[in-house]
Parts: sequence; structure tokens; C-alpha cells
Amino acid sequence: MNSLRIEEHPVLSFERGEKITFFFNGREIDAYPNETIAAALHASGVRKLGESPVLHRPRGLFCAIGNCSSCFMIVDNQPNMRVCVMKVKSGMHVEEQKGKGELELIVEN
Amino acid sequence: MIKNVEIMVIGGGPAGLCAALSASDLGVGISAPDLGVGISAPDLGVGISAPDLGVGVLLVERDDVAGGQLVKQTHKFFGSEKQYAGDRGIHIGQMLVEKAQADSNIEIWTDSTVLGIYEDGVVTVLHEDKHIKVKPERIIIATGAAEKFLAFPGNDLPGIYGAGAVQTLMNVAGVKPAERVLMVGAGNIGLIVSYQLKQAGIDVVAVIEGQPKIGGYLVHASKIRRAGIPVLTRHTILEAYGNGRVEGALITEIDESWLPIPGTERKIVCDTICLAVGLSPLTELAWQAGCEMGFIRELSGHVPIFDENLETTCPGIYCAGDVCGIEEASSAMVEGRLAGINAAASLGYGVSEAEKFRKDAMIELEELRSGDMGGHIRVGLEKMYARCKK
Repeated sequence: MNSLRIEEHPVLSFERGEKITFFFNGREIDAYPNETIAAALHASGVRKLGESPVLHRPRGLFCAIGNCSSCFMIVDNQPNMRVCVMKVKSGMHVEEQKGKGELELIVEN
Repeated sequence: MIKNVEIMVIGGGPAGLCAALSASDLGVGISAPDLGVGISAPDLGVGISAPDLGVGVLLVERDDVAGGQLVKQTHKFFGSEKQYAGDRGIHIGQMLVEKAQADSNIEIWTDSTVLGIYEDGVVTVLHEDKHIKVKPERIIIATGAAEKFLAFPGNDLPGIYGAGAVQTLMNVAGVKPAERVLMVGAGNIGLIVSYQLKQAGIDVVAVIEGQPKIGGYLVHASKIRRAGIPVLTRHTILEAYGNGRVEGALITEIDESWLPIPGTERKIVCDTICLAVGLSPLTELAWQAGCEMGFIRELSGHVPIFDENLETTCPGIYCAGDVCGIEEASSAMVEGRLAGINAAASLGYGVSEAEKFRKDAMIELEELRSGDMGGHIRVGLEKMYARCKK
């Protein structure tokens, strides 16, 4: 699905580096270091990032500056991650977030 | 432990970077005058920036790189040479970031979010997953703005983006976010992003605009026309439709009272709808800090009340850039510079040069705000100063 990555551009050139992979809902997906999770998902044609809490309507990206909360996903079991600004890492597990994420309660002794 | 800072700049976009650089230029961090505040270089060692030591200027940026929205502005800027006109936004951003990084008086924290400004002057920051307290002598809030949303059925479908979000995906990540786009709004952002979509090989079906005429600069509008993209004024979006994703939009012509004209509805087939319907100042910190706020329509909504020095009603807290009125990046850079000069001068730095620098900046701002496009800003500032004097 590399066709969604811009290869030729009149002003910009993109140096992406070595390809890496991560997992989206268990499926292995290509990415490049320095890409945000949202950008890597978009490059693979994934636009639905989660579901709304009550009506379960699909949710996508809106602001891409870490402000609006529309892109919350579960990243390595951690919910409410702003994938529009969070960088993708090799082997990362990213899942659609359905509704409000539940935080893991960490009790320190 | 508390980190002592002379000037804390919140936000690493064009305004924040210029604020940090101008404060450093006036000597903040090098030769603290004996005001009983700040930290002097001999105690500190210029350039030392361990978290337990003080610093001249601390620039805090929420993103992982500074530069703000300049990182995606591939178009050339207007204005005069002083605002780097003729250069592309991306290069200006890069240049400012490199300058700030090379400046030993400025410490930059990226991936860091300011959480609150407290009554005792302490600012808390989430930095490297730690909750850190900072005690600045002066604060410059340069948090910028966020894109506005628009109410219509189906507006939450994946595939509806802020125009700036699409710009980020294309110009920063190099990812095609769409195949066919409907752009809502023919202000500068709508026009520029439409053109950049075209440059990235993406179809723009139309740009629709509720006003009877195009809001953005003629230069940008002409480029759009030459690219063969229709601009439909007096048009609005009625609905976005699609099964789980945008598959199209229903648009309509509107009359002088902005009401849909029956019979003029038409379907546009597109996979993406971009909203370029203005920006809202990101004022949360100013509200939280207790700055007096005012609703000034021409400055795009609620903004902190500030005086000619860009100081808010909270002594020692300044504001610059879009957070105190939506304008262009060129004005934000000059405003940032002005806030940096004023904050530094108030600490006793650069007394001899500050006045000249301040005047230069004021003249530049006046120039940038002259002409038709700056009309609303001039009105907004008049209201601001009237409000401020009360």
C-alpha cells in the first residue's frame, strides 16, 4: 500500500529511513521511523481509529496537533494515546479504542 | 525541587521562538542585573541546563519538535524582509529552531506540556514523564490556536479533517490523506491547503465559501483558479454522508441571510472534507492563570486582555501570537519578538537597546496590519486597548 506515500513533490523531499513494522488490531503494518502512528495508519489506508463511547460511531483524526482528542487509541495497552503526535515504534501494538479507555490502576507499595 | 528560570516561554511556534530569541538577544541568561531576581551567569555557567540549575530562557513545547505550524508551511511568506518574506514557512521554522538550539541562554524542552500556572508563580510541567515545578520571573504565553469545527450532520465521520491536519499528513509525513477533497472555507488556509493538496497529487473537487467573496489573498486565490479548482462562494455544506467514512457531501447555495436556497442542493462525491473555517486561540492557560479575558470577535474570540507591551492583567505574564488574536505567522513572529523584548526589559536587561527594538517591532506590526486584510485586527486591537485602560 505504498501508493499512499507521496514520492514526488515539487517542493518537498521525504527521507523516510529504514522501514519498520508495527501492529494495528493484530495486523502487521509498514511504517517509517519519525512517522506518527496516525500518519503510518493513513499510509496504509486506515482512517477509522476508534469508536465513540455511546453511539459507537467511528472516530477518525481531526486536528493532528494533539489538541482535539479525536484520535485516542490504545497503544501497548495504554488507552487515550494521541496517535496524531505519538511516534510509531517497531513492534508497537496499536488498537482501536472503543469509547472511554480504562486506565490500569497501578498501586505502588 | 524547583527549577528557577528568568523567562519561561510556553509554546515553541513562531511567536514563542522569536520571544525566546529576542529575550536572549537582550542578554537574558548572560548578565543578570542585580534586581534580586534571576540567576547570573557566574553562578550558573552559561549554557548549563541541568534541571536543578536555573536558566535564562526556558522554552516549553508540547510537540516533539519546536517550530509550531511552520513545519508544514511549504508556501512562501509575504511581508517584508524582516519577517523573512519570500522564504518558505518550513525554512523559516527550521532557521528559528536552529538559532534557538544554538543559543546557550535558551533551554528547549520538547514533548513537554505545561499543566498549570499557580498563584505563587510556580508553573508545573509534564517533562520526560515527570511532574516538574518551574519558577519563572516572567512568563510568555504563546500557545497558538486550534482549528474550528463546523456543525452539520455527519461531521464526525472519519475523513473530516481540519485543513491543517491534512497539511500535516501531506507535508510533514508525506502521506496522501485523500483522493478527492471538498474544502470548506476560502480564507488563506483553505486556499493554501487546496493548492498544496494539488501539489501532492490529490484532487480538490471544490472550495466552498459562505461569504459572498473569497476571504484569502488574491495571490492564493489566483493559484487555485489556475489549478482549475472551482471556488463556490455563498455555498455551505449541509451534510456529510457515508457508511463509516466520508463518501460525499451535500452542499447548497445560501442567500444573504445565510439560509439555504431550496433547489440548489447538490451532491459532491469525495472521500475527504477539509474544514478551513477559522481558528480559535488556545487560551486555557491564560484562563487558568487568572488573566482577565475578553471576547473580541475581531481577534477570533476569547483572548487575554493585554496592554501595548503585550502584558496581561496578571503582572509578569505576557502573551504573543495567535493566543491573543488570530493573525498570520509573520505577525506572530514580530509579536513574539516584542513580548520577549518587553519581558527582558522589565527584568532590567538591555535598557539602552530595548526602546529602539520595541519601536522597530511596533512599526513592523503596524505595517503588517495595514491594508484591507488587517482591518479587523486594527478594530480588534482598538477594542482591546479601550478595554485594557478601564
